[in-house]
Amino acid sequence: MAAVAAQNVTKIFGQGDSQVVALKDTQLSIEPGEIVALMGPSGSGKTTLLRALSLIDPPTTGQIAIDNQLVFDGERVLTDDRKLRRQRMGIIFQAYNLIPFLTSLENVALVLTLNGISHREAMTRASELFIRLDLGHRAGIYPATLSGGEQQRVAVARAVINDPAVILADEPTAALDTERGKAVMDLLRNLGRTRHAAVIVVTHDERMIEGFDRVYHMIDGRITSH
Amino acid sequence: MNLAIRDVKYRLGRFILTAIGVGLLLVAVMAMGGIYRGMVEDALSIVRAPGADLWVVQKDTNGPFAETSRIPDDLYRVVRAVPGVREASPIAFQSVQLEYGAASVRTQIIGYRPGNLGGPPAVSSGRPLAASRFEMVLDRKAGIPIGTRIPMGRMTFTVVGLTEGIVSSSGDSTAYVSLQDAQEMQFLKANEAVRNERARLQADLEANPSLANLSAMSLASITQNTNLANAILVRLEPWADPHEIATRIERWNHYRAMTTVEQEQVLAKNVIERARQQIMLFRIILLMVSTVIIALIIFTMTMEKTRDIATLKIIGAPNLKIGALIMQESLGLGLLGYLFGALLINLTYDYFPRRVAILAFDQFILFGIVIAICVLASLLGIRRALAIDPTTAMGGGA
Repeated sequence: MAAVAAQNVTKIFGQGDSQVVALKDTQLSIEPGEIVALMGPSGSGKTTLLRALSLIDPPTTGQIAIDNQLVFDGERVLTDDRKLRRQRMGIIFQAYNLIPFLTSLENVALVLTLNGISHREAMTRASELFIRLDLGHRAGIYPATLSGGEQQRVAVARAVINDPAVILADEPTAALDTERGKAVMDLLRNLGRTRHAAVIVVTHDERMIEGFDRVYHMIDGRITSH
Repeated sequence: MNLAIRDVKYRLGRFILTAIGVGLLLVAVMAMGGIYRGMVEDALSIVRAPGADLWVVQKDTNGPFAETSRIPDDLYRVVRAVPGVREASPIAFQSVQLEYGAASVRTQIIGYRPGNLGGPPAVSSGRPLAASRFEMVLDRKAGIPIGTRIPMGRMTFTVVGLTEGIVSSSGDSTAYVSLQDAQEMQFLKANEAVRNERARLQADLEANPSLANLSAMSLASITQNTNLANAILVRLEPWADPHEIATRIERWNHYRAMTTVEQEQVLAKNVIERARQQIMLFRIILLMVSTVIIALIIFTMTMEKTRDIATLKIIGAPNLKIGALIMQESLGLGLLGYLFGALLINLTYDYFPRRVAILAFDQFILFGIVIAICVLASLLGIRRALAIDPTTAMGGGA
């Protein structure tokens, strides 16, 4: 049972002469608890693949299944993409993308409240996770006053709080120094394994790929090796 | 988790400043509305103050507020004899400029027979006129205290009482004096003029003794007939029909009888109509400007949150949640701005040089309009928010 499966996924931007093929017949299958890295130069299609898998920007053709459910059949999205993301996905951004007007704890609890969990329970569960991630002392702080490493750890907490089947991370260490980057990557791997989630990390930093189960390489919209 | 409350809390200072800006704009709208209402109330207050049912005025005129109306003051005796008339009393109006210290105060003099129709409906400080001469009851707006002695022409008046909110159609405060004082003020020539007239008569007689037979006429013109009034106020018996009695009085030559409603219409429709329309138009323009500005503020607030909204979409927030964020902030801004505006206008309206009548009904209607503007503005913001591409929040290219 694959947590994430992509078959013949193609993404084409534009039409006619200005047409750009960003993904070409991409195949991907990742099991629950598996931690994979997606590497490649800029413009190779890594982020496009993440957008396609999360249905933020669905592919042009191909099929995508998440948590063993077909969500894109080659023509149309078969589910409420936002519901899918808030219930079964966790997404981590290069620039952290914490909501600036929510405290770090509220940023994490927000995902639970979006899933219908009461504010009180969401805050309690987020607090417990913060303590486990050693972020308890930063709970009431707004993101703007956190360091980059702390912001990304909060972002990781936000991505895992709803026990997702899939965690997608887009260059999560790009804005961090090596030490903080590795700490975030370790955290991501540990949480992915303990929560039995498939983790796909887009990175182009060779130093960060230690401990991944598989590393995919992408060039010109194709996965060339793993 | 209410995102709007948290966003407002996070940007509280800026939100409050923006709300104050909106509030100041609404103060201008409220003030214009208040001035509009005040103008109408001012115009009508002087007509309503005597509590008369009919105004008997000079024939073919619209009464003392619209044009010159002169009638004999003893006409009230004849009018009083008409069946259905309970009271009738002459009244005289005149605009004067009082000198008080270094200031000149524009005043509408109202001359009436103390103890009869035409006096102030209530005296808030001091007392009504008691003596038949040289006393004055002023409106508080004139800013002249009780006990002040005010010279006017040959006479010197003493302020014995103050009224509240009775002003002329142009917003000048009123001054009640006895009818005789008002008549002399209006119809009696000044000493210098009398001396000049006498000198001219003397010269004419010396030059041409045959003119001596004209001296009686000339003397009359010198001394002047002051037994005139501008209107006769009439109060009817409860059973009397004002139109029927007005028709009966109008059958006499030289007089017109107007109901108080007609007199109000003359003031509201003829005397202040253009100013009223101008203020109404300006009020509408202000509302339109407010709508555009509030819409721009909401739109800008939404644009500033483009990345946050894109992130919310990516983490799965439904459109309802995003829409609620924008609409609640918009309504919050409108509500806070309105409350600030209402507070400010209620604290300051009394300091405006002319009456600003802030009516609860008008405030309620404006509140409804502000809410409608905020809803419309937020719909624009929501439309923009829903169009935001979630990929805006993600880095990287293809």
